Amino acid sequence: MALAESQILRRNEPSDLSVRAVVDAAHAVTIDQVGVEERAASFTKRSIKKDAKLWGLDLAIRTMDLTTLEGADTPGKVRALSAKAIHPDPTNPDIPSVAAVCVFPNFVAVAKRALEGSGVQVASVATGFPSGQVPFSAKLDDVRAAVEDGADEIDMVIDRGAFLRGDYATVYEEVKRIREACGDAHLKVILETGELGSYDDVRAASWISMAAGADFIKTSTGKIGAAATLPVTLVMLEAIRDYWELTGIKVGMKPAGGIRTAKQSLQYLVMLNETLGLEWMRPELWRFGASSLLNDVLMQLRTQATGAYSGGDYFTLD
Amino acid sequence: MATAPKKTTAARPTAKRLGVPKTYKLYIGGKFPRSESGRSYELLDAKDAFLANVSQASRKDARDAVQAARKAVSGWSKATAYNRGQVLYRIAEVLDGRRTQFIDELVAAGSTARAAEAEVDAAIATWVFHAGFADKYSQVIGSTNPVAAPYFNFSLPEPTGVVAVIAPQQAGFSLRGLAATLAPILVSGNSAVVVASELNPLSAISFAEVLATSDVPGGVVNVLTGFVDELAPGLAKHMDVNAIDLAGVEDDTLATALEVDAAENLKRVVRPRTFAARHTGDLAEITRFTELKTVWHPIGV
Repeated sequence: MALAESQILRRNEPSDLSVRAVVDAAHAVTIDQVGVEERAASFTKRSIKKDAKLWGLDLAIRTMDLTTLEGADTPGKVRALSAKAIHPDPTNPDIPSVAAVCVFPNFVAVAKRALEGSGVQVASVATGFPSGQVPFSAKLDDVRAAVEDGADEIDMVIDRGAFLRGDYATVYEEVKRIREACGDAHLKVILETGELGSYDDVRAASWISMAAGADFIKTSTGKIGAAATLPVTLVMLEAIRDYWELTGIKVGMKPAGGIRTAKQSLQYLVMLNETLGLEWMRPELWRFGASSLLNDVLMQLRTQATGAYSGGDYFTLD
Repeated sequence: MATAPKKTTAARPTAKRLGVPKTYKLYIGGKFPRSESGRSYELLDAKDAFLANVSQASRKDARDAVQAARKAVSGWSKATAYNRGQVLYRIAEVLDGRRTQFIDELVAAGSTARAAEAEVDAAIATWVFHAGFADKYSQVIGSTNPVAAPYFNFSLPEPTGVVAVIAPQQAGFSLRGLAATLAPILVSGNSAVVVASELNPLSAISFAEVLATSDVPGGVVNVLTGFVDELAPGLAKHMDVNAIDLAGVEDDTLATALEVDAAENLKRVVRPRTFAARHTGDLAEITRFTELKTVWHPIGV
């Protein structure tokens, strides 16, 4: 099946612009906080029924980065999660595989082996996740080790300390150099929006990341209280839209952290559809970073199929 | 320009006071939400005059209630028996303090003053009865078992989990019926989703206000008002409900259908029944919603 020309994605490349020009471009638009929050809240009021709901839940699974990022992770747990990523519901072959499994660099090799031939990608957090407070050389090593072990995607964190003290150049340069170290692996840049001050900061960080060559921008690490929200994601989606209008390049979006229910996931998909459109509704351009979301989506799908509400006893604990 | 203050009698309105009628809502997860469906129905008193608007819960409300009950059950079942007894006793205390309100409500719904008084008193007695049983029932039905090996072997009752209850519709058993079905469920550490009596849902919601102020953790009891034939099938089919008490299901065909639905995940089912006029409690009602766990423990030197 030949892809239409618009379907073929051109990869985002680092720009030659000065950081000053990038930040100025980002700040050319200021965010109307009240407007964004009201608009985001309106996405929770759409009525999604029957076929659209099933399609949405199916897409939520296909675009999910099934994640385990705990100090207590073991190879066994990563293998179990990988098995679940390939067959989320072993009793129902109609349920698709998730997009990727997201792990710490130590487990990339394990995940790679477990997912071999399944089409499920291996994503690895890197660059001193979650705080990013390690020397830059260590961040590079982190990324190189993950890529060497076979990671298809790298989830890096930006240096929020540098960003907040106004040292945008450091953030910009770091993302550029990490992007270079990634090689063919796709780069997702985590802004950790809960630690940035305002929506304007979120937009600036999004813009800096995209100009530095990010393939995806991602809201959060999931390791602090304030994780992905609809308004923050909307600000980032609009930054992506503006970047696309300017450059013709489609950057992906990954909200992560705090998305636990099927209902929430549908609200995000509604927002995606109404902001960037159907074009973005595929795993190449959209991901959910989540761990407990999958079970809730599976539960909803089973409820739709059997007509009876399901319970936690019938799904794996991960 | 000072004038002497006028002598006035206490301000008493001569005209009839404009009341502030209560909206009867649901009780889910410790909160009083309206039905997500936005529906309500009119409740009429014995003389067919308007009494109140009552929320008409939907299947989704029932689902939310089960979710709240599931969340609450781990904490409630891990509370000490002594603590659960205290909380149940507190329910009796608070109910006693609002005795006249409940009597008035029952009278408004068509009860005679004497019958209403008797019903409220019996409900209070039922809660006290179960409060006392909280740290005793496991001693009565638990056992140490003789085994032919060097083990201590003992059996202990544990709560079944989330229990759905169709409250009795029996005359004189609206508030009492709630006590008679709920207290034995709560005493062992289960959580409950109650479909209130269709005849008198008002007492059930006012009783939820008692629960909300009696240290019963939010979600341990959830009260739905609405129609049994709409709500019961969803609860009977729900895979996350562990037992269902069909006490107030009056339609035999529906009761049978509910039993069949409940079989899907092997729920414990208690069949429709009427309570004796002098009923305050019964050990058998408590043990219906417990599971016996038997433990083998090696005997040391």
